[in-house]
Amino acid sequence: MDIITTEFFQRALIGGVLIGITAPLMGLFLVLRRLSMIGDTLAHVSIAGVALGFLIGVYPVAVGLIFALAATFAIEKLRKAYKTYAELSIAIIMSGGVALASLLFTMGKGFNVSVSGYLFGSIYTLDTTDLVLIGVVTVVVLLSVGLHAKELFLLTFDEDAAAVSGLPTRFFNFMISVLTALVISVSIKIVGALLVSALLTIPAACSLVIARSFKQSVVTVVVIAELAVIAGLLSAGVWNLAPGGTIVMLLIVILLLLLSVRRRLNAG
Amino acid sequence: MLQKLQQDSKSLVCHRSIIELENVSFAYKQKPVINHVNFSVQERDFVGLIGSNGAGKTTLLRMIVGLLEPTSGSIKLFGEPIEQFRSWNLIGYVPQKNSFNPLFPATVREVVMSGLFSRNKLFRRVTKADSIKCEEALHAMKIEDLAGKRIGELSGGQQQRAFLARALINNPALLILDEPTVGIDSETQEGFFHLIKHMHQHHNITFLMVSHDMEMIRSYLGEQPKQEAGKIKFYVKHSHDLEDCVETNLTHSLRELRHSMERGKVGV
Repeated sequence: MDIITTEFFQRALIGGVLIGITAPLMGLFLVLRRLSMIGDTLAHVSIAGVALGFLIGVYPVAVGLIFALAATFAIEKLRKAYKTYAELSIAIIMSGGVALASLLFTMGKGFNVSVSGYLFGSIYTLDTTDLVLIGVVTVVVLLSVGLHAKELFLLTFDEDAAAVSGLPTRFFNFMISVLTALVISVSIKIVGALLVSALLTIPAACSLVIARSFKQSVVTVVVIAELAVIAGLLSAGVWNLAPGGTIVMLLIVILLLLLSVRRRLNAG
Repeated sequence: MLQKLQQDSKSLVCHRSIIELENVSFAYKQKPVINHVNFSVQERDFVGLIGSNGAGKTTLLRMIVGLLEPTSGSIKLFGEPIEQFRSWNLIGYVPQKNSFNPLFPATVREVVMSGLFSRNKLFRRVTKADSIKCEEALHAMKIEDLAGKRIGELSGGQQQRAFLARALINNPALLILDEPTVGIDSETQEGFFHLIKHMHQHHNITFLMVSHDMEMIRSYLGEQPKQEAGKIKFYVKHSHDLEDCVETNLTHSLRELRHSMERGKVGV
């Protein structure tokens, strides 16, 4: 239990709480627009950036962030090339990211230890710089989404109607991608690159089970993500588990519970 | 004196050109879809676009609302070149049914309200006046009881009325309907068309409708198409065939619609 009062754990907890707001929020927009896989893709590319950061001795999270942003551009470009098979572009870039990451990681043999932290998440690695970065990203995401909540709703619900209303749909699509890239690259240190997309998509999956309105679904995703993040980090700290794995397993448990409750309600 | 004034203002208002297509062509991958179409829609006209699948009706519609750019030629909306057109709140748009996922977490009220989120509303908060408009639109379409339901839970006909309420919330001068009755049973279709015709006859709204429904188009717009462009046929009922429109106030006009529906003439 002592671990909970330590400085590094509290950093992880604060970081986790902030990510627990932004990740499911961006995930909700992605899932509703049928772009669930983008989170995974950006995370895998981001990890290549992290590897490069280690190799050249530059702050890895920042390099990961640049890589994730570059990936959003690449996905857009490829999506145009394969119009009707848009998911193909996502698959290509995802494997490209992992391939590059594995190459870069094996090139610098000395830092293998920290690799697993980036893949599966860790509560030990978050330093003050990371926390500040997470804080800045949180503010940017909340401001952008809060300022354009109604336009993002319309875009997500009915992109054509948004365009006919004269909304700059390309700008908003791009905004969603960029914000997602930001959130993912700052999340991987805690949740891990392999698991971060679960924090984006599973809360949204839960909200589809219980929410009637868009407002409700926004609240639902944040509440569920926070539950899983806080409980997950605490148990990871106490029992020395991988935080990412614990959080994701909790999310899956919550989803299964909600599904079975709904089934029972429907049957009764 | 007053009469003369009214007549003057009418002749000013009622001969506005709403849509002008000049030599408009569209090619997809070098294959011409639409070839040199010239067409104009005057204020209060009712235009029906008919054509088999692949005739290019939807392409034409998408160009008119700015979702697609013509390969050549020019389009004017309300007298302004479409590139400079900014008064998107003048246009109400009813999309094809099933253009959204039935699981989407949005209430009927949220969907209707989103009709107000045009470019002109960027960075502005939803006001009390907006909520009143929304309630009026719901009321007029007789769906106020369904306002809190998830949009996907409604029947096809109810969804159609919700989307019509969304299109009407801005008191549009031009109403664009893209296959509004596909996938709706014939009785509900009839009611829907009755509603549309009523609106056209009593209010100052210009209609552009893409439809498969030859029967409705012919019975209202006449047996002969006014113009043909490739495989697309334009059926038109001109404003001068109608009685003068006195009522232009949305609140009044919507209430009136509701009354006529309640009198049992329309089984929407």
